[in-house]
Amino acid sequence: MTTISYAQAIRDALAEEMRRDKKVFILGEDVGKFGGAFKVTKGLLDEFGPERVRDTPLSENAIIGAATGVAVMGYRPVAEIMYMDFLHECSDQLVNHLPKMHFMTGGKLTAPVVIRTQYSLGRNTGAQHSQFFPSFYMNTPGIMVATPSTPADAKGLLKAAIRGSNPVLFVECAALYGRHGEVPEGDYVIPFGKADIKRPGNDATVVAVSRMVGEALLAADALASEGISIEVIDPRTLVPLDTDTILSSVKKTARLITAEDSCSTCGVGAEVVARVTERAMDYLEGVERIACPDIPAPFSPPLQKAYMPGKDTIVTAVKKLMS
Amino acid sequence: MLEEEVVELFKQGLIPGLAHPYIGQEAVAAGVCAALGEGDLVVSNHRGHGHSVAKGVPERAILSELMGKDAGMCLGLGGSMHSTDLQAGIIFSTAIVGGGIPLAVGVALALQMDKKTNCVVCFFGDGATNTGAFHEALNLAAVWKLPVVFVCENNHYAVSVPVSKSTSASIAQRGQAYGIPGLFANGMNVLDVYAVALEAISRAKKGEGPTLVECETYRYKGHGVYDSGLDYRTQQEVDDWMKRDPIQAFERKLTEEKLATVEELDAIRSKVKSRLAEAVAFAKDRPYPPNDLLAKFVWA
Repeated sequence: MTTISYAQAIRDALAEEMRRDKKVFILGEDVGKFGGAFKVTKGLLDEFGPERVRDTPLSENAIIGAATGVAVMGYRPVAEIMYMDFLHECSDQLVNHLPKMHFMTGGKLTAPVVIRTQYSLGRNTGAQHSQFFPSFYMNTPGIMVATPSTPADAKGLLKAAIRGSNPVLFVECAALYGRHGEVPEGDYVIPFGKADIKRPGNDATVVAVSRMVGEALLAADALASEGISIEVIDPRTLVPLDTDTILSSVKKTARLITAEDSCSTCGVGAEVVARVTERAMDYLEGVERIACPDIPAPFSPPLQKAYMPGKDTIVTAVKKLMS
Repeated sequence: MLEEEVVELFKQGLIPGLAHPYIGQEAVAAGVCAALGEGDLVVSNHRGHGHSVAKGVPERAILSELMGKDAGMCLGLGGSMHSTDLQAGIIFSTAIVGGGIPLAVGVALALQMDKKTNCVVCFFGDGATNTGAFHEALNLAAVWKLPVVFVCENNHYAVSVPVSKSTSASIAQRGQAYGIPGLFANGMNVLDVYAVALEAISRAKKGEGPTLVECETYRYKGHGVYDSGLDYRTQQEVDDWMKRDPIQAFERKLTEEKLATVEELDAIRSKVKSRLAEAVAFAKDRPYPPNDLLAKFVWA
């Protein structure tokens, strides 16, 4: 094991995959000399050159369209979209084209495009640079969605995404880029659709996504001191979603809490709760959904603090269900 | 001739959903595709049956797809607006106006990175030139000097709105904004289209970058099979354009210049007619796809 940052883990995954397969290349805004807005691709231009680390114009729709076109021709592009909010700039390619290429052509084309993006909630970037809305793509068949919460997961999932045959939306979290964690030595992949139990427990199941995984682990520490044990499950990929692991946990704990940085309505939690309710209703004693309110992200730091869920929100929700 | 069958089959309820006839625009697909060589590719659009025919996709596969039958080129999963036949060089057709243009840029990028001397032609209508995708894609293709030819089939109407009310300056002129040639072709004259397309295609293959080609043409029918086409234009206007019919004009030229006889042309026509009759019968006879096809190609 080595200890590296979440950003470094992603950079390592990109570099290793580009060394392994000449068909893998990067395109996006500022990904070259600048190394990306979050410096994730820093240094890759020096090793791989401008043909494989391609700065693009500020044209998100053309970036994803071109990535799709080049992918159906046998390449494995990794496109960077600077902020998740900007995915709406390329929605036509991202929703109407890319996930449907294989389907609409009766399987004649495959489009193994990986789209790396990040959400910045918690960094006071306002309503148009903070949004996290992965459930939108859970409702778009044909594209897989990964939301890694640790350096090890980020590296293993990104490698799996690049090697796979399907389009993948890979949603990173800016607040995590500087976080360090242990990463296995050598080459490894983490399969999609396999949740990770980040901490086992018996009293409540917390299904946490991205940044909220860390918050849930902090909550688990706080609750442990009060004799309450929670099980923290990180689905790691939302499409496919490992419902079985969640169900097994809920059957054990009888209490389900979901935690995410999305707005609440139709968020990831809504889907998780629906699936568990359909299949394990008799086991359930209580459910809580933790998310941002259905309000755009505010700028002013105190307002942002009031807006974001965190460790304390989880602690409160668990105690409510336990009482 | 295929489109006349399509209109008839739609009336009979055998083609469900949407279909957008190409009648009147034949010179564009025929002229451009004649200028393509082996290994060259096409990205098509919602009005794409003509492109498929010009690239040699078997009529059986086209008509089966339109009827939603299992022998369709996309197994009945695509429909009228989605054609893919890799053998014929039709990569993809999109039903989103303008959506194919960035995609074609990606196809061209692959050709360039593979160091091939082939090119890709992207067909779209006048309406598409007012989408953001058009402008983003032309700029990107120009910046990267990609081997792509953007062929705008200006048939004068985006559904019902005339170009004069929707589009500033001429479409060909828009090439200048991206530092690429913007050429104009008479889209009712197959030889003119061929000559202009050849120039653009040669340029792309020589590594000199993209070209925008505007072909001025006209669709005789409505926007789709459900549209008379006469709510927003007069019968007189349609009749005037039909007098310039590209097929008739080309046949006249062939006979006048003694390159073909009327009998030879009639023989070709009846050959196509019987091939189409066979294709229609074939498509009618084919079964619909089984329900297990539904989930088969969501994931690769």
